[in-house]
Amino acid sequence: MQEVKSKVTSWLIPIGAVIAALALGAIMLLALGAEPLSGYATMFGAAFGNLKGLSATAMKSIPLLLVGVGICISFRANVINIGGEGQMVMGALWATITALSFPHLDSLMLVPLVLLMGILGGAVWGAIPGALKAYFNVSEILSTIMLNIVAVQIMNYLLRGVLIDPGEIERGTRIPQTARLPETSDLPLLFEGLRVHLGFVIALLAAFAVWVLLWRTALGFKLRSVGLSREAARYAGIPVKRSIITALALSGAMAGLAGAILVFGSESHRMVTDGSSTGFTGSAGFNGIVVALFAGLHPLWSIPSSLLFGGMLVGANALQRAAQVPSALVIALNGLIVVFVVSSEFFRRKLQQHHSARQAIEEDSRLTEENVGS
Amino acid sequence: MEQKTAPVLEMRNITKRFPGVIANDNISLTLHRGEVHSLLGENGAGKSTLMNILYGLQQPDSGGIWMHGKPVRLQSPADAIKHGIGMIHQHFMLVPSLTVAENVALGLRSKRHPLTNLKTVAHRIQELSEKYRLQVDPNAYVWQLAVGERQRVEIIKALYRDASILILDEPTAVLTPPEVDDLFVTFQQMAANGRSMIFISHKLHEVLQLSDRITVLRHGRITGETFPQETDRRQLAQMMVGREVQMAPNKSEVRPGSVMLDIEGLFAPGDRGGDAVRNLRLQVKSGEIVGIAGVSGNGQRELAEAISGLRKPRAGKVQINGTVLRTSCPKSARKAGLAYVPEERMRDGAIGDFNIKENLILLDHGDTKFCRPSGMLRFAKIKEHCNRLVDEFNVKTPDLETPTKHLSGGNIQKLILARELSGNPKVLIAAQPTRGVDIGAAEYIHKRLADERTRGTATVVISEDLDEIMALSDRIAVMYEGEIMGIVERDNASREEIGLMMAGVQRLNAA
Repeated sequence: MQEVKSKVTSWLIPIGAVIAALALGAIMLLALGAEPLSGYATMFGAAFGNLKGLSATAMKSIPLLLVGVGICISFRANVINIGGEGQMVMGALWATITALSFPHLDSLMLVPLVLLMGILGGAVWGAIPGALKAYFNVSEILSTIMLNIVAVQIMNYLLRGVLIDPGEIERGTRIPQTARLPETSDLPLLFEGLRVHLGFVIALLAAFAVWVLLWRTALGFKLRSVGLSREAARYAGIPVKRSIITALALSGAMAGLAGAILVFGSESHRMVTDGSSTGFTGSAGFNGIVVALFAGLHPLWSIPSSLLFGGMLVGANALQRAAQVPSALVIALNGLIVVFVVSSEFFRRKLQQHHSARQAIEEDSRLTEENVGS
Repeated sequence: MEQKTAPVLEMRNITKRFPGVIANDNISLTLHRGEVHSLLGENGAGKSTLMNILYGLQQPDSGGIWMHGKPVRLQSPADAIKHGIGMIHQHFMLVPSLTVAENVALGLRSKRHPLTNLKTVAHRIQELSEKYRLQVDPNAYVWQLAVGERQRVEIIKALYRDASILILDEPTAVLTPPEVDDLFVTFQQMAANGRSMIFISHKLHEVLQLSDRITVLRHGRITGETFPQETDRRQLAQMMVGREVQMAPNKSEVRPGSVMLDIEGLFAPGDRGGDAVRNLRLQVKSGEIVGIAGVSGNGQRELAEAISGLRKPRAGKVQINGTVLRTSCPKSARKAGLAYVPEERMRDGAIGDFNIKENLILLDHGDTKFCRPSGMLRFAKIKEHCNRLVDEFNVKTPDLETPTKHLSGGNIQKLILARELSGNPKVLIAAQPTRGVDIGAAEYIHKRLADERTRGTATVVISEDLDEIMALSDRIAVMYEGEIMGIVERDNASREEIGLMMAGVQRLNAA
């Protein structure tokens, strides 16, 4: 019975956090001169109200979900990966270069190949801070953030240099983007007339795969033991250093895949940046962390979580068009949700401690009672 | 004499409930002038709650406290101190960077307020220390003092506040036998001077030695009140646990076999630099239990960690069953046949957030019996294996999915033991195997260790509890400051001799 009760509260907490954030967001909407209820109606209508909206929401959720499930891996191993941005960029670059190098491969070959290269690019970019952490005890929080900047600069250099669309040079516009990538590398659309493409299915499969990895395989077991207690894992003979590198590499791999899908599923079918640090990723490398935390670091819960946050992005754009409310509002809303989730997590833990302490006492007296009987 | 005057302290019908559990159920306790009244009970029996109520830290739900025949209300430790109640905690409440005198004066209003009068304090400490044979230098810094001395400072603190009732919460936990003897002389002196004491301990022989009267608690109720001359250890244990307890496991005749664990010239660094283990040499044969006695902090933990590969030794070598271990590699030690029950069971031994099943496969989840070549775990096999272990080792748990942190200390220890022994080790290191564990579980763990001996395992038991060492070992090695002071055969060992070696006073040449 207590089990049921704790399941219910674990459901209610994120929902309560969203409601609380929306309530505070309503005040912000009022301050911006918009009517909150109709504002929210516009937002959620645009994101979930029709097929086109759902398709757009699904599209936005792809990178969030992939980065998010990667975060599930690393955070479960108690390695903090803030490098999703850079890993996305590197995955996208490796994939883009591969596509440009093999334009004549057919689709069945090229699509898996470029996605694989995306995975590898992200994995390498994740493994670097992993190795620094494992062998030199460099804080992975710092190194992953710094490698984001390095990755963006490499991207800017390449997209303005060797990778730039020759047409841009001819026209003299010099927008940092590649030429149209080979059509055989386009991700196939799922439905006629809707933008959502194969990438969404891949992201869902990846979430499932990560769940299997974490809870059904020996590797996942190792990563989780290292995450919960490095001492106990080491004592049990689990290679802690290798596990840290593996966790960051896998986490990066997911982000790299997200980057590659972003390129080959884009409408322009080019890799494009505006030169700003989040110009290519749209901050998905950071927002994925929010998605994962909101999902309680559970890969399958990350699916609805990513749809929620993807939907908010779509909704915020619609709200901006309809009511001239800056779409940056969505950043504030995201932030509020995180604050509420994290603080409710605090209360949940306290509750749980209380609960388990009581349970321990009860159990103890019950068991000793049994002892007496025997 | 007892009947003439009102008791110094009377706790009448104290009941204290916590959600879902009654910590104290209608408990009455009296304490007379000059009496040492022992309170005996397992963890969770309600001793601490009762003492917290007496010290004003908690309020009873019903019942009350009378002192010298008058009802009193103790709503905070300040109230308790005002009524002459002093508490000596198991964990010392001293500021290491202050002197003894400063620690004693801490929290007291000086007569020259706001200035201090440390000289007077120091003088009074000197008087007290002479009167009660509590040797302490008032001007020494606490960090310079050994554990035994710190204990004395705690007692002086209480005496300085003129406590007429002292609550002694397991005061002997960290002392060597000679220190315990000295402490008891002090306590008897204090009793003779009319001070009363409530002595909390689970060491039965100490309770028998010191008390005038013994009250036993179980599950928040009083299960017996008796006098030391009318009872013995066996009976006390029975009152604590509620059933017959076997004090020492039956050990079968085993002829020790070949050397399984061979440590030579081992030096291991401590956490704060320096060598915690110095030039240690020890051989353990199969079918033999070697007990390592010693006050904790004399290198025992570092020794266990160096053997198991968790700590990199500075020099020396460790051989298990003829294989020289790679240093700092827990995996190679395990491969050679080592099992290790660590001292810090919740840090090193088990993962609290993992469920029972996950903790049971922590070592061998990668073996082909539990893991397919694809890396997928074989859950059916794992479940079968875990169910068997839980049954065999009598781990009391609702199911295999229960988070390990919800189990009691004894059950967690049984779980760790189950996992470690499931691989049929050649060498077993058990560090503090029954610390903080209830008597029932301790009895069971001892039996399993004795069974391992029969099976032919070479076992090292590290313990602060000399009774445990005496009950289990074939040979006893005493560690002091990282060295083995001597090794004696169990049958020729005397507590006195071991006590002197534990204190570093006496050294035997290698046995």
